[in-house]
Amino acid sequence: MTSYRPDALIASDISAYLTLHQNKSLLRFITCGSVDDGKSTLIGRLLYDTKMIFEDQLASLKADSKRVGTQGQEIDFALLVDGLAAEREQGITIDVAYRFFSTEKRKFIVADTPGHEQYTRNMVTGASTADLAVILIDARKGVLTQTRRHSYLAHLLGIRRIVLAVNKMDLIGYDQLAYEAIVDDYRAFAKSIGIQDFTPIPLSGFKGDNITGSSGNTPWYAGPALLEHLEQVDVEVDTDRARPFRLPVQWVNRPNLDFRGFAGLIASGAVKPGDAVRILPSGRTTTVARIVAMDGDRDLAGAGESVTLTLADEVDCSRGDVIAAADEPPQVADQFKATIVWMDQAELLPGRAYWLKLGTQTVSATVREPEHTIDVNTLANAPAKTLRLNDIGVAEIAADRGIVFEPYADSHDLGGFILIDKATNATVAAGMLHHALRRAQNVHWQAIEITRDAHAAQKGQQPRLLWFTGLSGSGKSTIANLVEKKLHAMGKHSFLLDGDNVRHGLNRDLGFTDADRVENIRRVGEVARLMTDAGLIVLTAFISPFRAEREMVRAMLPTGDFFEIFIDTPIAEAERRDPKGLYRKARAGEIANFTGISSPYEAPERPEIQVDTTRETPEEAAERIVETIMGTWSPVI
Amino acid sequence: MPFSPLTHLQRLEAESIHILREVVAEAERPVMLYSIGKDSAVMLHLARKAFYPAPPPFALLHVDTTWKFKAMYELRDRAARAAGMELLVYRNPDALAQGINPFDHGSLHTDLWKTEGLKQALDLYGFDAAFGGARRDEEKSRAKERVFSFRTASHRWDPKSQRPELWHLYNARKAKGESMRVFPISNWTELDIWQYIRAEGIEIVPLYFAAPRPTVERDGLILMVDDDRFQLQPGETPVERSVRFRTLGCYPLTGAVESEAATLEEVIQEMLLTTTSERQGRAIDHDQTASMEKKKQEGYF
Repeated sequence: MTSYRPDALIASDISAYLTLHQNKSLLRFITCGSVDDGKSTLIGRLLYDTKMIFEDQLASLKADSKRVGTQGQEIDFALLVDGLAAEREQGITIDVAYRFFSTEKRKFIVADTPGHEQYTRNMVTGASTADLAVILIDARKGVLTQTRRHSYLAHLLGIRRIVLAVNKMDLIGYDQLAYEAIVDDYRAFAKSIGIQDFTPIPLSGFKGDNITGSSGNTPWYAGPALLEHLEQVDVEVDTDRARPFRLPVQWVNRPNLDFRGFAGLIASGAVKPGDAVRILPSGRTTTVARIVAMDGDRDLAGAGESVTLTLADEVDCSRGDVIAAADEPPQVADQFKATIVWMDQAELLPGRAYWLKLGTQTVSATVREPEHTIDVNTLANAPAKTLRLNDIGVAEIAADRGIVFEPYADSHDLGGFILIDKATNATVAAGMLHHALRRAQNVHWQAIEITRDAHAAQKGQQPRLLWFTGLSGSGKSTIANLVEKKLHAMGKHSFLLDGDNVRHGLNRDLGFTDADRVENIRRVGEVARLMTDAGLIVLTAFISPFRAEREMVRAMLPTGDFFEIFIDTPIAEAERRDPKGLYRKARAGEIANFTGISSPYEAPERPEIQVDTTRETPEEAAERIVETIMGTWSPVI
Repeated sequence: MPFSPLTHLQRLEAESIHILREVVAEAERPVMLYSIGKDSAVMLHLARKAFYPAPPPFALLHVDTTWKFKAMYELRDRAARAAGMELLVYRNPDALAQGINPFDHGSLHTDLWKTEGLKQALDLYGFDAAFGGARRDEEKSRAKERVFSFRTASHRWDPKSQRPELWHLYNARKAKGESMRVFPISNWTELDIWQYIRAEGIEIVPLYFAAPRPTVERDGLILMVDDDRFQLQPGETPVERSVRFRTLGCYPLTGAVESEAATLEEVIQEMLLTTTSERQGRAIDHDQTASMEKKKQEGYF
């Protein structure tokens, strides 16, 4: 058997030993299986055989084995891997635990996840950082439902290296035929879910067969022992270096006016001074000036390294931006198809805004109703309205602005994301982006040379969106018209969007169903946002009955630029005025989905301005609105 | 590609620097808990690399017990100066007033000076994120600790409500009053720490190297008589032994090992050939199984 701790070299030439060990690589792997598969025993065995167990730990292990062990008088290696007091008493593991051991060639980090009802959440967490998965099978039982579940999850998380550890070979008398039947069975299954390749190994964690070296009990097995294989297999981060360069900017380092460094962990590819790069999402290009490090500038850096770059030109670049190879930039989009793993007790609320964190970008995002969920046991799709704890589903996601991303299959760092509940701050889900929805694909944003600020500065004003909302006949258009006249008289550049100039053109394909009302407001919001980008003060007069859509528009604009103006007229008063005779028709059943009568109006909870038209004349209201807007104007930069 | 594969130390370093930067980007008032030991030395070195050429944009906080080794105080002040960082030293005024010491007060010493002292200091300065040098390989319950560990407004740690950590994504959002402890060197082992100290030439307290020191043997521990506050028991006389320390804390609570290893390489050699784990020299662990976990729930690291 190979020795995994060359005590001789440590004793005879410590310098040589340390130099040797300084060049070790690092492999992270996950072990998947339930308590019965002997998973903890296998990890304990790896720690023991690589001599990571000290004498005092061994003594307490022996004592514990006698007290609570499940292996009679033998050492219960599983106890080495147990942790929190509560779970030790209950005999279960409740989370992901990380274990460490090393050999001459490699340091290993093992993610150990338990097999019970929290399994999906825990395994997905452990698998997200793993280069390799060890799928454990009890040789007496063969491929089980849980084997399929573990394999599916490992594959879902993009683990490309799979070891099929057929454990407890000692209990089936090291039977070659039984082993081969299990491997064939697994091969057929693996192929069906898209696993290209795997390495099967017959072993016994309890007896130590084929763990560190070839076992005499399996002379028919010619492949590597588990540890030999773990030492040889290539590591994900090294293959990531062959891909195009991407650096998600984590921190802008500005110790003084003369230095501006962009710091982050390189997600893929390599970089050297002089390389042409593009800043996403702005699209600006420049070149890398230096790779700055405390022990001297570097001339090359690659995936998996935390670096600080300086750029040749003074370009806008901040946390959340991605510095990428100029000729092979990643995509920017705001709507995606994704697979989502729900991790919280509170279920998904489709349409609710969550924080989405991807790389160093945090945006507000909503998840649509799932297309389907996937049953991890049968791998069958099922229709679903929501996602509950440990559910896996496929759904569309819409972000409030463009995200720089890559499909998860290409990049875990730019395709993997978490969702955070805005109220509790809990991490409620993890997800993997597959592709942008075609309608949202903004493959390359052109860098806009004349910015929003420049447009506004030329007009000597701060762009605003004054959003008038209220019942039909409440007086929105009347007051909005008066406000615009006053602004015009003051030399301000403005534009009024209302039903008359929008419904007949841009939105003439839309009716009055709830879905069409939502789309109507979305389009108006987008047009209004573009107009504010052009530096205008935009006024809109739409019923806009739903709170969520008004909030959606608010989120499109920079903080402070959106003014919700609630024209508060009681329905009885609006119906009495009925300037266009619409209420009369609605009451007569001639108009369907009429707000206030057959469709709800959700009044604003905290509008910037509220006008009670039973107490204020339109002229007084318009005067007050202009004063309020002017009062909040900050000087133009 | 002109690359050789990344070594384990390069990957550990990159991960730790990523964590340090992430906290600075997302927290309002971060601070680094600096305990002057070798793990703190590595963590401080990583912080300097993470923010170079700027000094790390946070202060160092030493929660002092007044009972550390003299050599530790010397290195503390020098290291802070070298890093260009502000050094905050906090001593729990209640413990000071009551004269709490490790000879007369047993576990109350750790509770008041360290656990309570840390909470008071964090509240006093309003820090919402504190870097700590704990490692997952130190003790079984730490194997499951998150890198970002959330504490309630009363500094309690609830093992059941910790957030899942996927990929390189850390959720640092929290409500007002809540705080987080962040452990940038979670995935380092003791050997990694020593190798990195050697590779980077990081200065550590000379107590880690063997030298003749005045000692007494008590309850199976070799204790160093670091100053004249040491309460000698009847029949005890300090004896000069060649000793070194594997971990550093309050000198009356920290056991030395007899050793001739006077250089870094000799220390690593002894460590690799040794048969007892690192924490064995700490009196705090001997009380009961999983005592570290209890301490953690109460707010100690």
